[in-house]
Amino acid sequence: MLRTRNIAALLAGLLLAALAAGCGREGSPPVKGPKAGQLPHYTVDTGFRLPGSKTWTQAKRRGYLVVGAKEDQPYLGEKDPATGVYSGFDIEIARMMAASLGFEPKTIRFRTIASANRETALQNGQIDYYVGTYTINDKRKKLVGFAGPYYMAGQSLLVRTDENDIHGPQDLAGRTVCSAAGSTPYQRIAADYPRAKLVAYDTYSICVDNLLTYQVDAVTTDDAILLGFAAKAPKEMKVVGKPFSEEPYGIGVPHADDALRFALDDALEANEKNGNWRKAFEATLGLSGVPAPTPPPIDRYPAN
Amino acid sequence: MYVLTDNFSLYGKGFLGTLELTVYSSILALLLGFVMASFRVAPVGSLRVIGTVWVAVLRNTPLTLLFFAVLLGLPRFGLVLPFKVFAVLALGCYTSAFICEALRSGINTVPTGQGEAARSLGLSFGQTLGNVVLPQAFRSVIPPVGSTLIALAKNSAIAGAFSVTELLGTYKPLNELGYSIIWSFVWIAVGYLIITLSISALFNLMEKRWGVAR
Amino acid sequence: MTHSATALYDIPGPVTRRRHRLYGIAATVLILAALGWLLYLLFDTDQFTAAKWSPFTYKGIQELLLRGLGNTLKAFAYAAVLSLALGAVLAVGRLSEHRPVRWLSTLLVEFFRAMPVLVMIFFIFVALKVQPLPALVAGLTLYNGSVLAEVFRTGINSVERGQREAAYALGLRKTQVTTYVLAPQAVRAMMPTIISQLVVALKDTSLGFLITYEEFLHAGKLIASNLDYDLPFIPVVMVISPIYIGMCMLLSWFANWVGGRQRRNPKTEAVGVAPAEPGTLLPGRQEPRV
Repeated sequence: MLRTRNIAALLAGLLLAALAAGCGREGSPPVKGPKAGQLPHYTVDTGFRLPGSKTWTQAKRRGYLVVGAKEDQPYLGEKDPATGVYSGFDIEIARMMAASLGFEPKTIRFRTIASANRETALQNGQIDYYVGTYTINDKRKKLVGFAGPYYMAGQSLLVRTDENDIHGPQDLAGRTVCSAAGSTPYQRIAADYPRAKLVAYDTYSICVDNLLTYQVDAVTTDDAILLGFAAKAPKEMKVVGKPFSEEPYGIGVPHADDALRFALDDALEANEKNGNWRKAFEATLGLSGVPAPTPPPIDRYPAN
Repeated sequence: MYVLTDNFSLYGKGFLGTLELTVYSSILALLLGFVMASFRVAPVGSLRVIGTVWVAVLRNTPLTLLFFAVLLGLPRFGLVLPFKVFAVLALGCYTSAFICEALRSGINTVPTGQGEAARSLGLSFGQTLGNVVLPQAFRSVIPPVGSTLIALAKNSAIAGAFSVTELLGTYKPLNELGYSIIWSFVWIAVGYLIITLSISALFNLMEKRWGVAR
Repeated sequence: MTHSATALYDIPGPVTRRRHRLYGIAATVLILAALGWLLYLLFDTDQFTAAKWSPFTYKGIQELLLRGLGNTLKAFAYAAVLSLALGAVLAVGRLSEHRPVRWLSTLLVEFFRAMPVLVMIFFIFVALKVQPLPALVAGLTLYNGSVLAEVFRTGINSVERGQREAAYALGLRKTQVTTYVLAPQAVRAMMPTIISQLVVALKDTSLGFLITYEEFLHAGKLIASNLDYDLPFIPVVMVISPIYIGMCMLLSWFANWVGGRQRRNPKTEAVGVAPAEPGTLLPGRQEPRV
């Protein structure tokens, strides 16, 4: 008993020491990979009104927008652990949209919502809209609305740089592949390449971690996500092969709010025309070395 | 309702995964627990310290943290093994601390007089332990060890979140396939009940056979 | 720990003591060698580089960890209070004179004790679409509340019969007997067991990590999987596990301390030995706090 008590006392002391050391440097630790370029400035459309949208009126009364995003996808949707500031292409799209809806982009409150909870968060009104590698598909359209698409991604493979045998999904037989549990890329590999050994986690950052510790041989998901990771550690990881699917990324909005959906479609179109879209891409995802593509055509599917 | 019959192989795989985890981890936990318990009652001071630290640390570690540290930490030292092996390692080590305590208190229930009598009959330490103390201790540790192994079976659910095939993890593909989520959970619950009740029945049987009459 | 009272061996003589000392030294050397090897591995795999440790010197990172710790403690506080309340309700239900109430409480207690707590948390989170914090708290409450119900019930049943009889003889009603006489004595006697069960609740708050509740482990994962910081996984584990283990150890130690004080306390004399808890799974023994 005495010994247990000593250990407990020692640990308590350590804990106190750790708490007492709670005076640290300001700012955030140095960042790897290419530095973020000049982010475009979005002009706030102060006169914008959208009385037909419940989401918009509530946000206006509140004074700011609440936007759902991802927190662990470099150059797409990433939260700086130290400062809590979000950055990336998805985040820029969210800011762009906010300016067009008449909100100062700086006032957006971002909330991390995991893939599995996106529909619930939109249905419960926890967020006004969601921008975070959200693929538009018919099943999801029954639960939420989609503005856009604002980007066309495609499933691809991320491997270690010392890997020379994997050039595409056809080379995955007998190899271990990691993806997000229950995600579309996971299901596609399971259905089309049944000889690949699948491993699943909730987030891609753990998959990438597993890739670097040789627990898995490849990570598969949309190329946009993989390019961001590869840009962070180009000496260790590379994206191989051509995309083998089409994943149109949309902005998730509450299902019933067609007014907001169409307003976002308009805003996207305007920003694609005036060059903001391109500037935002080049300042974020473009840093991984891909030239800005032509944005996909916007799909204004009718209200239901 | 049809979720079970439609996806029997998926459930079967998950069930077998949980079963496998439970069996292998139980073996590891019992072995390690036995070693640590003998350390804790050993006449050698430093062995007692090892046993005590092992138990004190593992009993107070959240199992999720242990899984996190073992499954994502050990590969960093160049140790590349299947996820299942890591899961068995985490689950077995964690449970061994509780097995150790159950065994130790079992040994402590044997009256001092028994050992003294054995020694006065000229039995050696090994004989005292093997022929007198352990058989008596064994009887009184059946129930607590059984409960600990039931807890192990329940705890194995955590492995599903660390990419090990087991029962709880089956809800995810079923959810994506659009099956009723409530029913898929009902069958998961039934699966766990089958495993825990079987362990319970096994240990009840053992207790009836060898348990102490009180 | 005194080992003079063990059945295994006599108090060693000089020769045996010398031999034991030799074993002791051998074991110590082995352990030190293992620790040294571990340390070598840590250095060999570059776990002590500035890039991996410097993130911890930033205020933002420390605040992130503290926020996570705060969320862990918040979930624990809710779960502890609600489990105690649920435990009390279910214990009263199981001691009720009305048969349906008794059956229902028994059914609930047995079911929630037999289910893995994670299955319940996932069910509430996924199937009932509840937010992470309430889902975690609800799961922990159902499980720990049911276990505590059994603890309370055993405690009340193990108060010496004379106490109950004396109270009835004084003309107290059943509710009064329970609340004025039995419960206070039972709770005092069961305090160590109750606190030990709370350790389980504290440990299990880390299950929130699996349903994206932003608790301590989640904060750690966020730092550990950051490529900018060179994936400081081992440093994160080295920082967060002593805090987790320390918290649980403190609470365990507190339970032991209360238990020790109690054995010397005349107020708990009327309550029989605590550990005699008939669960369904293995009759006659107490649920281990795993």
